[in-house]
Amino acid sequence: MSEAMPADTIRCDACPVLCYIKRGYTGACDRYANHDGQLVRVDPHLLLDRAKSEGTPLVPFLEREGAWDGKLAKPGETFLTAIGAGTTYPDYKPAPFIVSSEVEGVDLVTVVTEGIFSYCGVKLKIDTDRHLGPERNSVRAQGETVGHVTTAEYGSQMLSIGGVRHLTGGTKSEGRVTCETLLDLCNGKEVELTIDEGAAVRVAAGQPPVVNGRREERMRVGCGSAAIGMFAKQWFGKVDDVVVVDDHITGVLSEHQAGKMLGVRETGISIKGRRSTPGRYFQVATPGTGWGGTDISDPLAILNPFKSKFAWPKLRLLMVSTTGEQFAYYELDEELRPVEKDLPKALEESVFRIRENCEPALTTVLFMAGAGGSLRAGVTENPVKLTDSVKHSITRVTCGGAPAYIWPGGGITFMVDVARMPENAFGYVPTPALVAPIEFTLSKKAYASLGGHMDSVRPLKEVLNEKKRRKEVAFAPENPWPLRPPESRGSEE
Amino acid sequence: MREPPVIRRLPDRRRLHLSDGPIDLIVEASGAPQAVQCAYQAAARRFVTILDELCAELPLLRARASAASPWPGGSIARVMAAAVAPYGRRCFITPMAAVAGAVAEAVLAAMNGAAALDRAYVNNGGDIALHLADGQFYTVGMVERPDRPSLFGSFEICAAAPIRGVATSGWRGRSFSLGIADAVTALAETASKADAAATIVANAVDLPGHAAIVRVPASEIAPDSDLGDLPVTRGVGDLTQQEITQALETGEEVATQLQRRGLICGAALSLQGNARVVSPVTPRFTLHNAPRSLLHA
Repeated sequence: MSEAMPADTIRCDACPVLCYIKRGYTGACDRYANHDGQLVRVDPHLLLDRAKSEGTPLVPFLEREGAWDGKLAKPGETFLTAIGAGTTYPDYKPAPFIVSSEVEGVDLVTVVTEGIFSYCGVKLKIDTDRHLGPERNSVRAQGETVGHVTTAEYGSQMLSIGGVRHLTGGTKSEGRVTCETLLDLCNGKEVELTIDEGAAVRVAAGQPPVVNGRREERMRVGCGSAAIGMFAKQWFGKVDDVVVVDDHITGVLSEHQAGKMLGVRETGISIKGRRSTPGRYFQVATPGTGWGGTDISDPLAILNPFKSKFAWPKLRLLMVSTTGEQFAYYELDEELRPVEKDLPKALEESVFRIRENCEPALTTVLFMAGAGGSLRAGVTENPVKLTDSVKHSITRVTCGGAPAYIWPGGGITFMVDVARMPENAFGYVPTPALVAPIEFTLSKKAYASLGGHMDSVRPLKEVLNEKKRRKEVAFAPENPWPLRPPESRGSEE
Repeated sequence: MREPPVIRRLPDRRRLHLSDGPIDLIVEASGAPQAVQCAYQAAARRFVTILDELCAELPLLRARASAASPWPGGSIARVMAAAVAPYGRRCFITPMAAVAGAVAEAVLAAMNGAAALDRAYVNNGGDIALHLADGQFYTVGMVERPDRPSLFGSFEICAAAPIRGVATSGWRGRSFSLGIADAVTALAETASKADAAATIVANAVDLPGHAAIVRVPASEIAPDSDLGDLPVTRGVGDLTQQEITQALETGEEVATQLQRRGLICGAALSLQGNARVVSPVTPRFTLHNAPRSLLHA
């Protein structure tokens, strides 16, 4: 067998099995791999290495020249994440890793564990004005109800996916599909969702959403009224009236405060829908996936006939959506009926400017869960003290090194942007529930005072030297370093 | 560059961790502190030579077992050969199918030889050798997918039951499988017997020729695999309920045969969230698949 080995196969000499390992594969131990012809260790325990933010994610175990000196990183430059730490649930034993390291003179303890969360879900923020479906309607994956439409926030549609009622409160199949959907969303994979009486979307964390097969490119520059305010000056003199079509607030230049200030003449335009304040209209049409999140494809559908008292033949009208994606230019004929014409050069720039000012449309995935009693018991013998300590900002909570927002009130309910966590940080158990990393960082003194498992505290160096189950990943530079001394927490974002 | 074996207590200071090359053991003994100490020392002493013993006759251990196979020399290798011997005539199997169980057994035997323990286990990556003094019992949890560890069932083994070996095999595990089971857990008199049987049953859970199953010759992945060019399972797409039932039934049939032949006491089979149990008289298996069972984080 030893003779005819292909060129990309190497022989591992880390143990007497002397495995032949093909490129891209691991040996019998699953710890050594052939990475592009080099023997490397590939263990699942992740270390965020501050110093390696821009370097290679894997630490070669055997350098080509000279043997490895056994050193990975200085304490303080490496943060141990909970990914792959394992969990002791539900036996109330100390969390798998309780690590101490000295940072800027403060002896810090990080309790690293993976939590099993059946009370968890994700909040999806989908940057689009398009109506995805009525509020409270079911969101489905593979035909199973996995969540619902909650609301729309500025330029985004909000969906709630998962939660205990879908994970464990429904049928077995509903739970399984919900768990799978959550896992994929949290690990950055694309998921296809359909909304009852609404759209079909394909979403992935940090990627543009795809609504009914169309990739969304831009997020609205503002509501219709805001757009009038922003661009009134650029339109003034080049066109007689502008309507920015928006399902939320449609804006009309000639009636809007911004137009009035410039002295835009009254045009006799009349908009369907409910007038809020001058030049601002609600409910000009039904929500949909057409112009500005309405259901219309012909913008004239929202106009009543022009009032002859004010309007005049040859009046120039621009209609545009909140993203500048749709636009139409009209001039009135002798009977004061709008006739579509090519967009004049002078106006092209303003439409382009709207588009230019739109931010890229993205889907963002916030993982939200509560750290319950037994997880906290893995950290301290007195779980409620951990909650207090988190509330008082003495203990910092991170998920795979990413900062977590702690929801005020009872318990440790946290939210984290999955895009800031290392790849494939989430796992699942068939309960069904998600397994997510969670790290608690606090000073050693504070840890002792809240009844921490001091016997189980090990120096970071010792954990690092335990040449096993470890993988270094680059630290995401946008995240605050988890081991800053707790005092500096106030300045966090 | 040979890495030295790892011999250490786990952070909980109760369990012993022994690791050398592909062998990774978690050991726990209970009893008088001095007895436990003695047993751990004996385990470590026995452990350090095991990998070399096995590697000395690796080609033979990787060869298909048949009536004509020469008998290996090493004590662990002999246990491996004996464990797979009942299957060699009908299926392709090599002594390597029982290596994990046989190693666990050897370390446990060394511990029992050194001290009187209440109970002890040697867990070699899911293939477990057990010691139970009178009146003692163990609760064992079963894991379906090693990449996403969690329990799909559990069972109790008491001293009165003739079970001292528990082993799990499946295509998602560390070793290759010819079948599609996510996990097959077998209970037998010894860990090596359970190990070989779990391999056979997991191979039997299969849908030959099914388009959604990705199979690759073992040698393409691991050039020196004992399975040579046999197609091993690398991926299983979504199966219909009917297909899952069919595959599980095939495996169940084989497990029942093995039980009748006295090769195993019982087995639990799992495939895409579905499970089958071939129950021994004792212990009792419990499957954790009630849809409303809640885990509180």
